[in-house]
Amino acid sequence: MAPAKKRNVSSKANAKTIKIDFEGIVERILKSRKHANDVFDVLEFLQSEKEKDVICAVDACCKLFCTLLKRKDLFIGKLPGEDEAIKGEHSPDEKYKIFMRHRYNNCVEILLEHLHHETHEVKESALCCLMKFAAEQGLHPLEDLDWSEYFSFPRELIQAVVHNILSQSLDNSLLISRFQEFLEMDDVRYYVMSFIRDNVATVMNKSKGAVLPVYQSNVFTLMLNINMPSQESELTNFMVKQETKHEDWKAAKLHDHKRAFEKMWLGFLKYKLPNSMYKKILVVLHDSILPHMSKPTLMIDFLTAAYDVGGAISLLALNGLFVLIHQHNLDYPDFYKKLYNLLEPSVFHVKYKARFFHLANLFLSSSHLPVYLVAAFAKRLARLALTAPPTALLMVLPFIYNLIRRHPSCRVLIHKPSSEDELLEDPYVMEEVDPALCHALESSLWEIKTLQKHYHPDVAKAAMLINTPMTEQEDDISEVLEITSYELMERDLKPTESKSFPLEFETAAHLLEGRGEVLGRHFCLA
Amino acid sequence: MGKAPKKKNLADKVRKAKAATEIKNNPFEVKINRKKFDVLGRKSKHDVGLPGVSRSKAILKRKETLLKEYKQKNKSNKFIDRRLGEYDAKMAPEDKILQRFAIERQRAHGKRDVYNLNEEEELTHYGQSLAEIEKFNDTVGSDDESEEKGLLSAELTASHFGGGGGLLRKKTSGGDQEDEQGGQKIKSRQELIEELIQKSKQEKRERQVQKEEAQELTEKLDQDWKSIQALMVKKTPKAENVDKPEEKAKPEEYDMMVRELGFEMKAQPSEKMKSPEELAKEEKEKLQKLEADRLRRMMGDEGGDGVQSQVHMSADDLNDGFVLDKHDKKTLAYQDGKWNIEEETEDDKEEEGESEKEEGSEAEGENEEDDDDDDEDDVEEEGEEGSGEDEDGHSDLESEQESENEENDEEEEASSSRQQQQTLSREELKARQEAAKAELPYTFAAPESYEDLKDLLHGHTPDNQRLIVARTQKCNHPSLAAGNKLKLQKLVGFLMEYMGELATRSPPELGTIDKLIPELYALCQMFPEAAGKSMQSILGDAAHSMEEAVEVKGHAAFPTLDMLVYLKVTALLFPTSDFRHPVTTPALLFISLTLTKCLVRSLQDLTSGLVLCCLAVEYVSLSKRFLPELINFLSGTLHLAVQDKASAGCMVVPPFRLSGKYSDLLVLSNSESCSSWRKENLPLSATQQLELKSDLNKDHYRLNCLSTCLDLVKRCCLLYKDLTSFTHIFQPIRTLLSKHLSSHMLPSPLQELHSEILEAISSASVTHTRLVFEKKKPIPLKLFTPKIVEVLDYGKKRGSTREEREKERLKHKYKKEFKGALREIRKDSRFLAREKLSEVMNRDAERKRKVKELLGSLATQEGEWKALKRKKRK
Repeated sequence: MAPAKKRNVSSKANAKTIKIDFEGIVERILKSRKHANDVFDVLEFLQSEKEKDVICAVDACCKLFCTLLKRKDLFIGKLPGEDEAIKGEHSPDEKYKIFMRHRYNNCVEILLEHLHHETHEVKESALCCLMKFAAEQGLHPLEDLDWSEYFSFPRELIQAVVHNILSQSLDNSLLISRFQEFLEMDDVRYYVMSFIRDNVATVMNKSKGAVLPVYQSNVFTLMLNINMPSQESELTNFMVKQETKHEDWKAAKLHDHKRAFEKMWLGFLKYKLPNSMYKKILVVLHDSILPHMSKPTLMIDFLTAAYDVGGAISLLALNGLFVLIHQHNLDYPDFYKKLYNLLEPSVFHVKYKARFFHLANLFLSSSHLPVYLVAAFAKRLARLALTAPPTALLMVLPFIYNLIRRHPSCRVLIHKPSSEDELLEDPYVMEEVDPALCHALESSLWEIKTLQKHYHPDVAKAAMLINTPMTEQEDDISEVLEITSYELMERDLKPTESKSFPLEFETAAHLLEGRGEVLGRHFCLA
Repeated sequence: MGKAPKKKNLADKVRKAKAATEIKNNPFEVKINRKKFDVLGRKSKHDVGLPGVSRSKAILKRKETLLKEYKQKNKSNKFIDRRLGEYDAKMAPEDKILQRFAIERQRAHGKRDVYNLNEEEELTHYGQSLAEIEKFNDTVGSDDESEEKGLLSAELTASHFGGGGGLLRKKTSGGDQEDEQGGQKIKSRQELIEELIQKSKQEKRERQVQKEEAQELTEKLDQDWKSIQALMVKKTPKAENVDKPEEKAKPEEYDMMVRELGFEMKAQPSEKMKSPEELAKEEKEKLQKLEADRLRRMMGDEGGDGVQSQVHMSADDLNDGFVLDKHDKKTLAYQDGKWNIEEETEDDKEEEGESEKEEGSEAEGENEEDDDDDDEDDVEEEGEEGSGEDEDGHSDLESEQESENEENDEEEEASSSRQQQQTLSREELKARQEAAKAELPYTFAAPESYEDLKDLLHGHTPDNQRLIVARTQKCNHPSLAAGNKLKLQKLVGFLMEYMGELATRSPPELGTIDKLIPELYALCQMFPEAAGKSMQSILGDAAHSMEEAVEVKGHAAFPTLDMLVYLKVTALLFPTSDFRHPVTTPALLFISLTLTKCLVRSLQDLTSGLVLCCLAVEYVSLSKRFLPELINFLSGTLHLAVQDKASAGCMVVPPFRLSGKYSDLLVLSNSESCSSWRKENLPLSATQQLELKSDLNKDHYRLNCLSTCLDLVKRCCLLYKDLTSFTHIFQPIRTLLSKHLSSHMLPSPLQELHSEILEAISSASVTHTRLVFEKKKPIPLKLFTPKIVEVLDYGKKRGSTREEREKERLKHKYKKEFKGALREIRKDSRFLAREKLSEVMNRDAERKRKVKELLGSLATQEGEWKALKRKKRK
């Protein structure tokens, strides 16, 4: 048994015999200890350039070491150095175990390296193999279970895996989605969450708070893949079963899970984030993060900061804030003033338009709002509607109408008969940030009058509604929140029975000539 | 026997009448039907009823009918009265007698009398023997007879009618007496009559002889006349003799004339030739009507949506489709994409004529007054090319109708060249004909697929392509064959696809598209549905793909040139001002989508955007509808030209950004380039590829864009100046122009525009009246006066149609009849039961009586026997 020497020999490799029967080797090794040195062949192939070989080798390793772990053929306890072991006083059996344990460690190292491999298949098989090792290790721990507080769990291995998955240079989202399957196991999830926190803390401290987009996106994807259980009784799926004191195990308690989750997120959000990440987090915040935190109010700082950023991020922060205000009694001063100032022309053009207006509708549905505030909102929305696309207009007009319906004293905006004959300038001040001072109540919604001349027939019809007293029934805006231009177009494109196609009666002779030609004035055929 | 029943009848009648009055007066017999209301003037039949009488009547009737039937039941033997017509009430008694007599006679002619020859019956007519009458063989014409009949001799009258007046009689009687006295004294009446008959027969014979003689004479005379006639004809052909036949011919001629006139096609009243003024007026009226229609659609009135499809017809259209081959000559045609050149020699002449004309038109390059049928005309005139070609050479092919925007000078030019054409020497014409020998064929099969169309048009000049499409269209006119409509409808789609392809080629062949526009327009006028649908699908697909891109990336690339062309074509083919139109509304939505979602990243993008803006302005120019995206884009474009973006106060709407990589697209690299700039029209192809070498060129291009943009802003200002929120809409542009893009940095033509815009914006009124609801029509109060409805027919159901009333009446009648029948049947069965009962009782009584009788006789027998016994004992 001369491992070192053998290793060198094998490193030269019988490279020609590529098609190595891995299964045969594994069986040989397992059958008798004589062939133990063949493990080098496998490890060598594990480092090969060829992906196929690597994947086969990974499988072989997996099988080999899992069986060894099951047989308890790996050295348990504090591992002595390899050279020491040879020299030292060990029985041949123990020597074999030490040797194999070293090979096992080598294998794990290589596999961890493979987590940074270029091809996804290699990464994936390495990950699977490692997780199998972890499972086996959990059942047959390699450490001595001496003291009573110790719960057997392959922490080092999982930590190393997490550490390697959260690469700073590669986008590992695919691998992470594979890893999600292991996160279903409650104990793995628990430990992974704490490892993530540690990892983020170390990495970010090292970078001194600078933004690391790839790393942060990896962390974010991993964290997003954590599906928290909602009830204690759901905690049943464990990788490692603790024979004793299972109840005391932190990984078996929902409360501890929540705390770990909370700490993980807070630890992550503490650092500066790239803008796109901000948006992504805010999009999922209200339904996949806040409910699983033990103290959601801890998010207040983050949310208020986001709300103050402005633009789309503010719009998104609104949702989280709403949850906090609504369910956790958050008192937010000048909330409506800020909401009022969020209304900008871009509101109608951003992706999260539907979500924003859904929330705004909720906020403004309270009947205890002062009239001036509602009027200010209505007037501002109407003013902004002058720049809005038809899809937004079809939503915002009913929105304004609903405001007026809920607050009948706002009706003066569309109906003020007492001073009918007097001409006046619009007293509304668009630039005023305080809705109390913008004189919206003294104004009228002339903008909607303008929109009666809108080119789209549906918008024009909707705007016509202000000509007559409105019905009591509120319009349901949820249907029109996410209407797209194409859907709008389809209304006209749909073939109906009675549709006729009126024609232009003016004869067309040329592309760029004709009555009222504008294009021809500025462009020529060329 | 005849008298007895009559007497009885009379007595019966008297008794009955008596009984009737008695009954009517008997209060126990009378039942009075009480009436609920007494209605004046109404006569009621049923106020008094006689139940006893009617019951007895009914019983009597039953006895006559039902009882008889009952008694006849199960009896198969019958006594049948076979007397002829005995029970036929319709037959008159005389007829009955006659027929019976005839039958009797027939019976007499039975077997027994077959050989009985002697018995001959003389047939008579009013007493005279028919045989004798038949002997009169009087062949004399009726005329002659009447002549003779007029002469009634006294003798005749005397003999026939017994002498007439007394004087005459006396005379004859006197004569008679003389005769009696002179000759045979005693002449019985019999003899006298015989004598008379002999005399008359003699006279008759004489008359016959005379007549025969006269006939012979006339025949002779005729023959003489004929011999002379020949001489007479030579002398005086038109003498009195000729008159007769002429007179006879005259009516015939007249008849013929009448008939001819009758059958002759009536001359149709034709419309009078219209003077140019009238034509112009008519045209104007038509346009006014169309314009009114357009305005109605613009206002969005839904009612009576312009269903009447306007069929485009030229003034000279004969409305008879198009017959191409009048002369049945073979024409050059495409076969599998190649033309059959072998037949060229045959077609030489035609082609020469045609192509010559084409050349003429091409040389002018001008839209002439023309119409759909010109091609047709040309083909028809091909035979006599020499005469027609000079005039027609110009009016060939170019445009479908008089284009209104035709410039005057162009027309003059055209007319001058026309004169030139006329003076062209013969040789020149020849040369041209030679050159144009290998010209286009006249018939084309309609393409079945898009590939076919492409093959068909491949390699031709734009003008020829147009010609091919025009001819294809005419050869496949829907009135010529059943499937043509479908073919042409397909052609519309293919043509649109082809245009798109032309636009996507590099460099884009916009000239060809331009040429094809009139054809597409004509096809569209024929098949609005097909054109609309294909345009809809194009727009739908483009919008769908753009929407998908937006979904994925959040923004999209500007549409390619073909979409721009499609949008322009849409504006040409369909009315853009409609409140809702199945094609133009989606097209506007598409424009709006592109103006909001497409990022401007280069001058090319900006050019596309400006093209779209131009289109948008065109779309809304008539209806003056508000298009926010247009204003947004224009203000964004102006913002691109601002040098220092840092200064606050600008409000920019997506897709533009306040700052960024592409926000300086229109900033001039060198302000000196203003001076050398002159306004030029931008090429449409610049939306696809743009190569600007020097900075100066770039700057000039930028200035061009800016000038376009400013012009569009100006147009928008004019369009929207009536909107209530005009100032707020143009506020961003105003601040941009007045603060950040001051005029001194711009070249002078732009300065002008700049100041005009600012003036237009600031001149708009900023004050408005407050909004109020529209005044509602007051709802009338409820009225409490009774509603008076005229009732014309009392007691009848109103408000139903005649059929309903009839149905109702029949139903009622049926019900009544049904009830009556039921009642009758019940009464019948009751009557029968009663009869049966009485029968049984009668039978029983009879039996009882018989039994009693038997018993009685037995008793007497017994008594007698006992008495005998007692006697014996004694």
